[in-house]
Amino acid sequence: SSGINAEYGGIGELNATREANFLVVKPDTVIGEVETFLKRLLARKDIGIVLINQHIANDVRHIIEAHTDPIPALLEIPSKEHPYDAAKDSILKRAKGMFSIDDLR
Amino acid sequence: MGSGDKINVFPSRMILGLMKTRLKGAQKGHSLLKKKSDALTLKFRATLRKIIENKTIMGDVMKAVYFSLAEAAYAAGDISQTVIQNADKAQNKVKFTKDNVAGVQLTNFSMHSEGSDVYQLTGLGKGGQTVTRCKETAQKAIKLLIELASLQTTFITLDEAIKITNRRVNGIEYVIIPRFENTIAYIVEELDERDREEFYRLKKVQDKKKIIREKQKKFMEEYNKRQEVSDDAPKNLLDTEHDPDIMF
Repeated sequence: SSGINAEYGGIGELNATREANFLVVKPDTVIGEVETFLKRLLARKDIGIVLINQHIANDVRHIIEAHTDPIPALLEIPSKEHPYDAAKDSILKRAKGMFSIDDLR
Repeated sequence: MGSGDKINVFPSRMILGLMKTRLKGAQKGHSLLKKKSDALTLKFRATLRKIIENKTIMGDVMKAVYFSLAEAAYAAGDISQTVIQNADKAQNKVKFTKDNVAGVQLTNFSMHSEGSDVYQLTGLGKGGQTVTRCKETAQKAIKLLIELASLQTTFITLDEAIKITNRRVNGIEYVIIPRFENTIAYIVEELDERDREEFYRLKKVQDKKKIIREKQKKFMEEYNKRQEVSDDAPKNLLDTEHDPDIMF
């Protein structure tokens, strides 16, 4: 369903080789497919931001953690069924030792 | 790498001056880098705080998007197929702008709309209003997400930059500067020792000369005494006492 949001935000597109810059993950989508697609996206030079639903991100956590370049930016967003969980976000994990939640409230 | 680590040079006054200059340079470099590290860390913390703020907001914004999507689906039926099939050229793109903070290049994302609205026509017909509303909500969400991604990139870039800068600061503080200080201490020690040796040698030569002079004097006295007993012998030019060497 987030693929649809992407379209509606007007950011989904197909490039010269009819390759989409979005992937709609359905309950029957294989994790391997997600991994390959994500790796391909991260390798593309013309992509600045990659949005990924957090519950899918949890399945491909190893790829996300391995991605340390600043570009493209990997942004974890919540989905309809799974609200945002700050504890699982890779970016915040990176900053773990530097702050405590109470500092920022 | 111990406390005795120093550069191997021949100890001389010139080298000492050179080492002192280099030490000063290293100290200046160290304080400049430290300032850079502090500035970066400040920006880093500010960015982190903004990220956490924004992520919380994002949670709510996304909820609103899903809600309006559900509304639209309720009013207009399943629009997903139409939407996916009509994806062709993205209307909203992301623009990179470069920013510079304390000598570090940071990338900023900003939203850039171009081209016509591919989905202009999908708003017509059943439940048009809800669909349009969904579109607007999604667009607002995209704006926020772009900002958030921008912060994230800044965060990662700063993280790397801070790590590198701190490594250099520590390198200068714990390796380079002590090395210079040890070298300077060594040279000063050697120069002092050399001075002491010179002084000692001089003293010894002085003493030796004094002894020789005394011996000569005694010999002359003896000789003269003997001469006085005999006739007045003509003075021998070669016999005259040399003036003692002037030491200092």
